[in-house]
Amino acid sequence: MPSIISVENLGKHYRIRRGAPRSKYIALRDIMAQKLTSLFRPASKSSDSSGLETFWALKNVSFEVNEGEVLGIVGHNGAGKSTLLKILSRITEPAEGRITLRGRVASLLEVGTGFHPELTGRENIYLNAALLGMKRHEVQSRFDEIVAFANVERFLDTPVKRYSSGMQTRLGFAVAAHLEPEILIVDEVLAVGDHEFQKRCLGKMQEVSQSGRTVLFVSHNMNTLGTLTTRCIHLHRGNIINDGPTSQVVANYLSTGNENSALYESQERDSTPKVLRVEVRTSKPGGIHSLFEPLEFHFQIWCPHPIRGACLSFAVNDLTRLSTSVNPWIFDSEQPFARSAGVHHLVCRMPKPHLFVGNYSLNVNFSEPPGGVKFEQLKGVCSFQIECVGRQRLDYPFEIGEACFIEDCEWQANTAKDYGATASA
Amino acid sequence: MFEYRELFFFLAWRDVLVRYKQTVIGIAWAVVRPLLTMAVFTVIFGRVAKLPDGGVPYPILIFSALLPWQFFATALSESSNSLIINANLISKVYFPRMILPTATIIVALVDFAISFGILAVMMVIYHYPLSISILSLPLFVILAFLAAWGPGLLITALNVKYRDFRYVVPFIVQMGLYISPVGFRSDVVPEQWRLLYSLNPMVGVIDGFRWAICGREAASVYLPGFALSLVTVITLLCLGIAYFRKTERGFADVI
Repeated sequence: MPSIISVENLGKHYRIRRGAPRSKYIALRDIMAQKLTSLFRPASKSSDSSGLETFWALKNVSFEVNEGEVLGIVGHNGAGKSTLLKILSRITEPAEGRITLRGRVASLLEVGTGFHPELTGRENIYLNAALLGMKRHEVQSRFDEIVAFANVERFLDTPVKRYSSGMQTRLGFAVAAHLEPEILIVDEVLAVGDHEFQKRCLGKMQEVSQSGRTVLFVSHNMNTLGTLTTRCIHLHRGNIINDGPTSQVVANYLSTGNENSALYESQERDSTPKVLRVEVRTSKPGGIHSLFEPLEFHFQIWCPHPIRGACLSFAVNDLTRLSTSVNPWIFDSEQPFARSAGVHHLVCRMPKPHLFVGNYSLNVNFSEPPGGVKFEQLKGVCSFQIECVGRQRLDYPFEIGEACFIEDCEWQANTAKDYGATASA
Repeated sequence: MFEYRELFFFLAWRDVLVRYKQTVIGIAWAVVRPLLTMAVFTVIFGRVAKLPDGGVPYPILIFSALLPWQFFATALSESSNSLIINANLISKVYFPRMILPTATIIVALVDFAISFGILAVMMVIYHYPLSISILSLPLFVILAFLAAWGPGLLITALNVKYRDFRYVVPFIVQMGLYISPVGFRSDVVPEQWRLLYSLNPMVGVIDGFRWAICGREAASVYLPGFALSLVTVITLLCLGIAYFRKTERGFADVI
C-alpha cells in the first residue's frame, strides 16, 4: 500500500537582506530609485546582489507517512517545522523536491483563522469551517456538537468581538476539531484555553488519532507528543536528524539541544534604545527548565545615548492560565544602569523560582520612567517550559495548569490526643 | 476554483454583512452617495456647462452612467485591497487566492443593485419610457464586472509585493470619473479624439449602459470606439489573470 504522504527532497529557501536597513515592504519607488542609481554606477551592481542572502528553511527533507499514522514533529524554534507544515498544506510552494498527498488535507495552523470580530458566533462558525474546507451540510450536521464543545450556546448571536479571548479560542478549536479530512495537519494550537478545555482538546485529538485518520502534529509539549504520537521526526536547521519512535526521538531531542536557553535576538542598532538580546538560561537544552532549579534571565540593551532613569521590566506569562506569574523590574533610580552609551548587560537571577510546571513566555518592557518614552515592548518572546524532570510526585503526577506557582510547604501531622478519649467515653 | 464555490459565497456574504453592520444609516449610504453625486453633476454639467442632453432628463442621463461607474470604482478599490486586508488568511489557509478579489466584486454588485432601485424610482418620477434595449443590460453588467476584475486582479497582486500600488487606485478612481463619460455624453468628445478616448475601458461600458437604459434614439453607441473599449477590457483581464496566476504561489511568502 502506498503511503498517504510522501515527501521527497523537499527544500525551501528565503531571500533575506543583510546589512541594508530593513524596511518591512518593498516600495516600487525604492526599486526604481535603485535601478536608476545602478544605471549610473554599474560598479555598484555586485554589492547590490551580495546584500541578498539565501537562507534555506528546509533542505533535503524526505519522509513517508502511512495511512492512520500520527506523526509528531519536534525541533527548536526556527528549525523549519512551520515551513514544512505550510508547504504540506499548500500555503506556500517548495523551492525544490516534491510532495504527494493522497487525500483531503485540512490544516490548523492557527485557531480561529478568519474570525471576523463584527460577525456573530454562528456566522463565524460557518465562515471558519468553510475556510478550513468543510462543506456547508457537514457544518450543519455538526453545528450543535461544535457549539456544545465550545460551550458558547448563550452567546451564539453575539458578535465575536465581545467574546473573551478564551471563548474565541474555544470556538476556533471546536470548529477545527470537527473537521473530518483524511489528513489533518496541526501546529502548536493545543496550548490554549483553560485547563479543563485543554484536557477536552487532548481527548478530542486522541479520538481523532484513533479514528484511523492521518495526523501531523507539531508541539513543544513533550507530554502531549508522548500521549498522541507513536512516531516523531526531529527537524534541526531544516534537516531531519532523527526519525523513529516518539520516546527515542524525544529523549534525543531533549539532550541534543545546542544551547540551554530560550532566546530572542535583534540585530538592529539605530538611533533609538533597543533590547538586543533576551535569553532565558534554562537548566536543560531547548528551553526546558527543571522545577526549583536556579533560573537566569539575561538582557542586552542598546543605548545610542546615555539614558537617565531607565526602566526595564519583564513579565513571565503563564501560557496555560493566560496570566502573568511574576513581573520583576530594575529601575535606574534604585540601581543605576544604561547611564552611558553602548551595550549593557543585565542579569536577573531567581535562585529558586516557584513557577509551576507549564509553558511560559516573556514580555519585556524597556522605557523611560512612567509617562516617558517606551523604547521597546516585546511580547511573547523566549518561550520556555518548566518541567518536573526528576521531581515527579509518584502518587499523583503534576499536571499543567493545576496551580499558579509552587511553594515550599511544611506539613505537620498530629493525631488529636483527646479524640480517642471522647470516642470511648 | 469550482470546488471552493462555497467558500467564495461565504467570503462574499461576510463582506456584505460586515459592510452593513455597525454603520449608522446602513443601506442609506448606498443611496445617498450616488444621489448627491448626481445632483452635483447635474448642476455642473447640465446647468452651468449646458452640455447637450439628447432629449433625456439630465439626472437620468447622469445616473445611467453613474451606476456602472460607481460599481467599477467600488469593485476596483475593494478588490485591489482584498489580499492585503486578508493577509492572515493567506498565510494560514490554502484556497484559490483568486476567490478573495472576486468575492469583493460581489459586494460591489449589492451596492449596484440598490442604486439600480433608485434609478427605477427616478425613471418613474420623470415618466421616462423604457425601451427594448434594456434587455441587453445584463450583458453590460457582465462587461462592467470584467472591466473591474482585470485591473483589480492586477493591482491586488502587485499590491502584495509593492505596497505603493494602493495609492494608485484612489487616483484612478478620481481621475476616471472625469475622463469617463459620466457627467457628459460621449459625443461631446471631438470626432478626431474619439478613438483615442475609447481606449478607456469604461467608455464602452458606460456608453452601453446609457444606450440600454435611455434607449436607442437618445444615446447612440460609437461602434469602433466600443470595440476598442472591449479590446482594452479583454487585454487588461488577460493581463490581470496571467499576472495573478504567476505570482499567487508566492503570496504567502511576501505578504
